[in-house]
Amino acid sequence: MRFLDEYRRPDLMRKMYTKIENSGMRITIMEVCGTHTVNMARTGIRWRVKPWVKLLSGPGCPVCVCTEEDLWMAAEAMRMGLVVATFGDMVRVPFYGTSLEKERARGGRFRVVYSPLDALRLAENSGKDIVFLGVGFETTAPGIALALIEAENRGITNFSVIPLMRLIPPAIKRILERGEVKIDGFILPGHVSTIIGSKPYEFIVKEYDKPAVVSGFEPLDILGSILYIMRMIEEGKPEILNEYKRVVREEGNLLAKEIMGRVFSICDREWRGLGEIPCSGLELREEYRKYDAVEKFSLGDEVPEYRQRDRVKCRCGDVISGLIEPFECPLFGRICNPSNPMGPCMVSSEGSCAAYYKYGGKMGER
Amino acid sequence: MKDSILLGHGSGGILTHRLVREVFARNFGEVLKYGDKALLEISGELAYTTDSFVVNPLFFKGGDIGRLSVSGTVNDVITCGARPVAISASFILEEGLSMEVLYKIVESMREASEESSVRIITGDTKVVERGKCDGIYITTTGIGVKIAELNVSGRFLKPGDVIILTGDIGRHGAAVMAARLGIESEVESDCRPLIDLLEPISKVGEGVHAIRDPTRGGVATTLNEFAEESSVTIYIKEEEIPISEEVRGISELLGLDPLYLACEGRMVIVASEDSSDELLCELKKTDSARKAKVVGEVVKGEPRVILENEGGGRRIIQMLSGEQLPRIC
Amino acid sequence: MRVVEILESDEAIVEISGTRIRVRTDFIEDVRKGDYLIVHTGIAIQKLDKSEAESILDVWRREI
Repeated sequence: MRFLDEYRRPDLMRKMYTKIENSGMRITIMEVCGTHTVNMARTGIRWRVKPWVKLLSGPGCPVCVCTEEDLWMAAEAMRMGLVVATFGDMVRVPFYGTSLEKERARGGRFRVVYSPLDALRLAENSGKDIVFLGVGFETTAPGIALALIEAENRGITNFSVIPLMRLIPPAIKRILERGEVKIDGFILPGHVSTIIGSKPYEFIVKEYDKPAVVSGFEPLDILGSILYIMRMIEEGKPEILNEYKRVVREEGNLLAKEIMGRVFSICDREWRGLGEIPCSGLELREEYRKYDAVEKFSLGDEVPEYRQRDRVKCRCGDVISGLIEPFECPLFGRICNPSNPMGPCMVSSEGSCAAYYKYGGKMGER
Repeated sequence: MKDSILLGHGSGGILTHRLVREVFARNFGEVLKYGDKALLEISGELAYTTDSFVVNPLFFKGGDIGRLSVSGTVNDVITCGARPVAISASFILEEGLSMEVLYKIVESMREASEESSVRIITGDTKVVERGKCDGIYITTTGIGVKIAELNVSGRFLKPGDVIILTGDIGRHGAAVMAARLGIESEVESDCRPLIDLLEPISKVGEGVHAIRDPTRGGVATTLNEFAEESSVTIYIKEEEIPISEEVRGISELLGLDPLYLACEGRMVIVASEDSSDELLCELKKTDSARKAKVVGEVVKGEPRVILENEGGGRRIIQMLSGEQLPRIC
Repeated sequence: MRVVEILESDEAIVEISGTRIRVRTDFIEDVRKGDYLIVHTGIAIQKLDKSEAESILDVWRREI
């Protein structure tokens, strides 16, 4: 795998670590991408660059930022006898005292799919009503749009989507607006940026005067991006830099954006931990409303009283907004662990708590 | 012989006898002699293990549920430090299961038992209504005789011991995952009975402290079990862990970690430092472990497993919790 | 992931170390055999720019 091994070279990594250590800086960098969260922990980079760099995890996990009300609609669909098609990560996320897995034990049905188009295929082949759980950011949304266009073209009516897609730049803005966390720079998501390009992040420099780097996912990408941020801070010249030029074009992916625009329109959406953020979600346009499962099956009208987090003091919301690191949550490593998750951050494969727990030991840090 | 399994096949009457004769006895020979009970003459300390197999899909690259059910139990007996002698096999069949599929599976079991020089000497069959089980469930129980020279247990690890893997990891888990998701892949399960490993480990004898097959939960889980049972710290060098290109490829694609993928034809062996050279040399003479290598060591410390990578990072590897499912992005 | 075959209707077969999957290529202009694609949930989201891939490696090798 030529194009991957080169980006993992230990000798270059060691040199970059040395440069970071010699910088004399103490900064906090936030990343907003589940893959970055996991890779930083798995490679040990997260722990290795402390105390010079604190790598803070933000709202980068598309599963974790869904609210319990969002997930309740999936349970409702299952209880109605519909088949829910979902990405694997959602299956064990706890909400309102249940989860998709628990709903299956009660008699509901779900199928794990790798792609939204697989969900459509499932509808076509099975003839059953398939409700696709539309979780994801701008990387995933174009694929969901494609599935809907395909459904329309092929006249498939037993397929619908619960639209839970969210947009990253507004979430970054909300965190900076709130100003609760000291952040010196951002590592921007590689694949969200592949779709949207680098322009949507310009407000980070213009309004908040902070540097940000669109980064690839390999160790050298991440360490290189940290060094770029350090240099920009030192020189007092914050910019939006693209380190991931081999994949991300400045304008993003125009074809994907066009397809998204055809099917979706922007709406306000509530995020776990961040509250309602204006213009931060995607919903189905008028022409595609017939594929909106929420309307089609009247989901979400009645939601149970006690949320998961009311029962157990889960602090996923604070982890997502960067207020605390996972090990600062009183439940972390004690009652909350991957076998017994109290919230999405511990069970999602992109969740911060899961990454800290799996790769950092019980104390979540080295 | 009808085309598919009917409820009548499990009721003990004519259909059952025909099934036993035409499918099971034809492959397992002795089952006709003993039926669902058997007498064995064995002397010595006995190893006795049991396991159930519910893998889905039934067939995958490199094996099937039949092969798995025999290899799995043979290997379990081996991990007790015993030579497997005989196996019993119980089947729960779903009404409507194709006879051809059943025959293929049973044939596969025969092949695996011949490879292991182990006899399948008794068994039982039940049939449940359509929808009440996933095609076929197999439970195998194995009996073996303890080898005098071997005293192995997860509790016998000592600081200074060496961790050996008998081959590349994650094949079985990757192959089943690919089959389940309908992904075309060259990954083949490593499913096989490891009977040929008994010779090298018996030869080394005392120096071998523990031996376990890293099945569900993969190598990471097995190492954690060892660390817990012996209350030691285990260090593993990431660059030493053998992973095939195919397993790497599908893991990248699906967001899986090979350390947590099941192996069904591998052993993790822990041996004293002194005996490790001899053990490695002997292992490499076998077919099952010709690529055996040292991947880590045991040191005094809190029960945990630490992975060191070349780039200078270190992290703790936990046991597997929950199922590995393909990621979202 | 490397493109090994182009299919009709905006699809291609891509391969990585012996694993092959079918992906949608609706978002990629001009897909060719031998191209490397970035794939997400079964859909190609961009083509790898090989010259950029090399040049960032050079940058790191030099600057460090």
